[in-house]
Amino acid sequence: MAEIMYWEAIQRAHDEEMARDPLVICMGEDIGVAGGTYKATKGLYEKYGEKRVMDTPISEGGYTGLGIGASFLGIRPIIEIMSVNFAWLAMDQMFNSAAKVRYMSGGQLTAPCVFRSAGGTAHQLGAQHSARMEKVFMGIAGLRVVTPSNPKQAYGLLKSAIRSDDPVFINEHELMYNMKGEVPDEEYFHPLEGSEIARSGNDVTLFGYNISVHWCLKAAEILDKQYGISAEVVDLYSLAPLDRAGIKKSVCKTHRAVIAEEDEAPVGVGSEVIAILNEECFFDLDAAPVRVHSALVPQPYNHKLEMAAIPDHEDVVNAVLKLFGKA
Amino acid sequence: MTLDDKKRVLREMVLHRRFEERCYQAYIERKIGGFLHLYPGQEACCNGVMEAARPGHDYVITGYRDHVHAIKCGTDPKVVMAELYGKETGCSKGRGGSMHIFDVAHRFMGGYALVGGPFPLAAGIAKGIQLKGGDEIAICFLGDAANNQGVFHETLNMAKVWNLPVLFVCENNQYGIGTAIHRSTAVLDQFKRACAYNIEAAQCDGQDIDVVYAHAKTAVDYVRSGKGPYFLELMTYRYRGHSMSDSRGYRSREEEEEWKQRDPLNILRDRLISAGALTMDEFTQIEKSTDDYIESEVIKFAEESPEPNVTDLEKYVLA
Ligand SMILES: Cc1ncc(C[n+]2csc(CCOP(=O)(O)OP(=O)(O)O)c2C)c(N)n1
Repeated sequence: MAEIMYWEAIQRAHDEEMARDPLVICMGEDIGVAGGTYKATKGLYEKYGEKRVMDTPISEGGYTGLGIGASFLGIRPIIEIMSVNFAWLAMDQMFNSAAKVRYMSGGQLTAPCVFRSAGGTAHQLGAQHSARMEKVFMGIAGLRVVTPSNPKQAYGLLKSAIRSDDPVFINEHELMYNMKGEVPDEEYFHPLEGSEIARSGNDVTLFGYNISVHWCLKAAEILDKQYGISAEVVDLYSLAPLDRAGIKKSVCKTHRAVIAEEDEAPVGVGSEVIAILNEECFFDLDAAPVRVHSALVPQPYNHKLEMAAIPDHEDVVNAVLKLFGKA
Repeated sequence: MTLDDKKRVLREMVLHRRFEERCYQAYIERKIGGFLHLYPGQEACCNGVMEAARPGHDYVITGYRDHVHAIKCGTDPKVVMAELYGKETGCSKGRGGSMHIFDVAHRFMGGYALVGGPFPLAAGIAKGIQLKGGDEIAICFLGDAANNQGVFHETLNMAKVWNLPVLFVCENNQYGIGTAIHRSTAVLDQFKRACAYNIEAAQCDGQDIDVVYAHAKTAVDYVRSGKGPYFLELMTYRYRGHSMSDSRGYRSREEEEEWKQRDPLNILRDRLISAGALTMDEFTQIEKSTDDYIESEVIKFAEESPEPNVTDLEKYVLA
C-alpha cells in the first residue's frame, strides 16, 4: 500500500475510471488546462482530451444541469464545483432534476452523476468561501451524500460513486487535499453506505465525518492518556443515508455520545444523529448526547474570530469531560 | 478632463498601483490572509469610469477584486488596508477581508466573492434609486467571465424592462482564473451580448484613460438622464495572477509583456509629459511620496490597529 495524498487519491480514481469507460467524463471550472484548483483532475486533460475533460464557463447552474442531462443518456459525468459556496447556484438542478428524476419518471430515467465539491473553513477565506452545506444536501430524497475523511475513502468512494446509478454528492474539505494516507495498490471500492469504526473504545462514542473525524481521533487520544476515558470514534462517511444501525450499535456499547461537526448546529448531522439515538437507543443512554459544532455566524475573515467560530479537538475533549461530570 | 484633473488622476492611479503592490508584499509576509485578487494593469477602467461619474454619490458595487474601487469611491486607504489585516478598524470591521470591502458612507456597496452575485444587486440598487427619486446611478463593475452566469442574463432583462438607472462595466481582462475567454465564451465581444436585451452598449480600450473617460461620459450621461441601463465593455489585462497562488501557466510571458507596453499609468504619464504638464522627475517624486504615505500612514495604521474582540463573534449576525 502506498501513501498518497487525498487529491492524488481523487485524481487516481478519475484516471482509472476514465481509462476503463469512455462514458466517464469530468467537468468544472479550471479543471482541464489549469489542472483543477485542488489538482484533483491534474493531467487528465492531456490524457483524455477536451471532449471528456471539460473546462466549463462560470455558470454552475448551467453546467451542472448540462452534466445531469448527459447522465440521462448514460454518460457518467463527474461534476466538480470548485467550492460548495458556489453549489448554491447549482442546487436547483441537483435537487429539482437529478435527485427527483428517477422517482418522478417512475424509474424510467436516472441521473448517474457525481458531484464533487470542497467545503469548509480553510484559512481566512471569509463568509462567501467558507460554507459547509452537508446539512442541506443530506435532507434531499434521491441524493446520496458521502464525505471522505482520508485518501483511501476519497479514492474508494469516488470509484463507487462513478459506478453508482444514483446521483452522489461527494463533500470534500479544502484543508484535506494534502493529507497523506495509505491507499490500496489494487483497485478498491468503498461502500457508499455505512460507517466505519476509526478507533474502538468502550466509554463514549465520538461521531465525526470528514475533517471532524480527525478532531475525534485526537480527542480520543487525549481522553485516553490524560483521563483514562476510552472513546470509540465512528466515521460517518455516508451522511445520506446515515448508518442507523452502526450509530445504534456503537452507542449501545458505550452508552454515551458526542457528535462533532464543522457545520453549524441547526438541522445538521448532529441533530440527526441525536434523533436517531432517541429513536433507537434512548434507554441505553447514560447521558444526553452532546453536539460540538460551529457558531451560527457567517465565517469571519479575521483569524481569531474564525478560529473562535469553528470547533476543534479541544472542544470534543471538553464535551466528553462534561458528559462525565469532569468539567 | 482638464490637465489638472488628469494629473490628479495620475496621482490616484499611482496610489492604486502601489497600494496593490504593497498588498502583495504584505501577503507574502503573512499579514494578509485568505484570497487576494490584485488590480495592477486595470487602473484606467475604474478611474476612467468614476471620473465620468460621481464617486461617493453614485452607488458602486463589484466583485472580489475590489480594493481600488472602494478607494476611488472615497474610502480611506488606511481602512481598506486595516480590513486586509483583519483589524477592527477595517472598513468591514475585520469581518470581511479582501473580497468583502464595504463602505456604505461612500456608497461603495461592497465587494462580493461569488462571481455574478452583484449583477442583480446592482439592478436592485438602481430600482431603489428610481423609487426614491435621486439623481444617482448604480454602477456595477465585473469581469468578463461573470457574464456567463445566468443572473447576468436575468438582470439585463429586468434592467431593460424596468429601465433602471444602472451602468454595467465589464472589465474584460480576457481570463476567468486560468481559462481564456475564447475557451469559455461563445461571443467574445461582451458588449454584443447586451444588445440581445436591447441595452445600449459600447466597447473601448480599457488601457487609455482618455478613451475610457470619453466612453464612460456618454454612458453615465445616458443612464443619469433616465434613458435606462447601459453596458460598457473595457478591454484590459491583469498583470498578476488571478489570485496569489496562481503561477499563470495558462498564458505566455510574451502576451503579458505586450500588454505591459500599453500600461495605463505610462500612457497617462507620457501624455502629461508631452503636454508639458509633468516632468519625469515630478513623476518619480509622486511615486516616492506615494510609497512613503503607504508605509508611514496606511501600513502603520493597519499594523497598529487592534483586532476584533472574540467576544464580539456574533455581533453583526442579526440586527
Ligand atoms: C459563483 C462562483 N463560481 C466560481 C468562483 C471561483 N472564481 C472566482 S473568480 C473566478 C473568475 C472570474 O473571472 P472574471 O469574472 O472574468 O473576473 P476577473 O477575475 O477576471 O476580474 C472564478 C471562477 C466564484 N468565486 N464564484
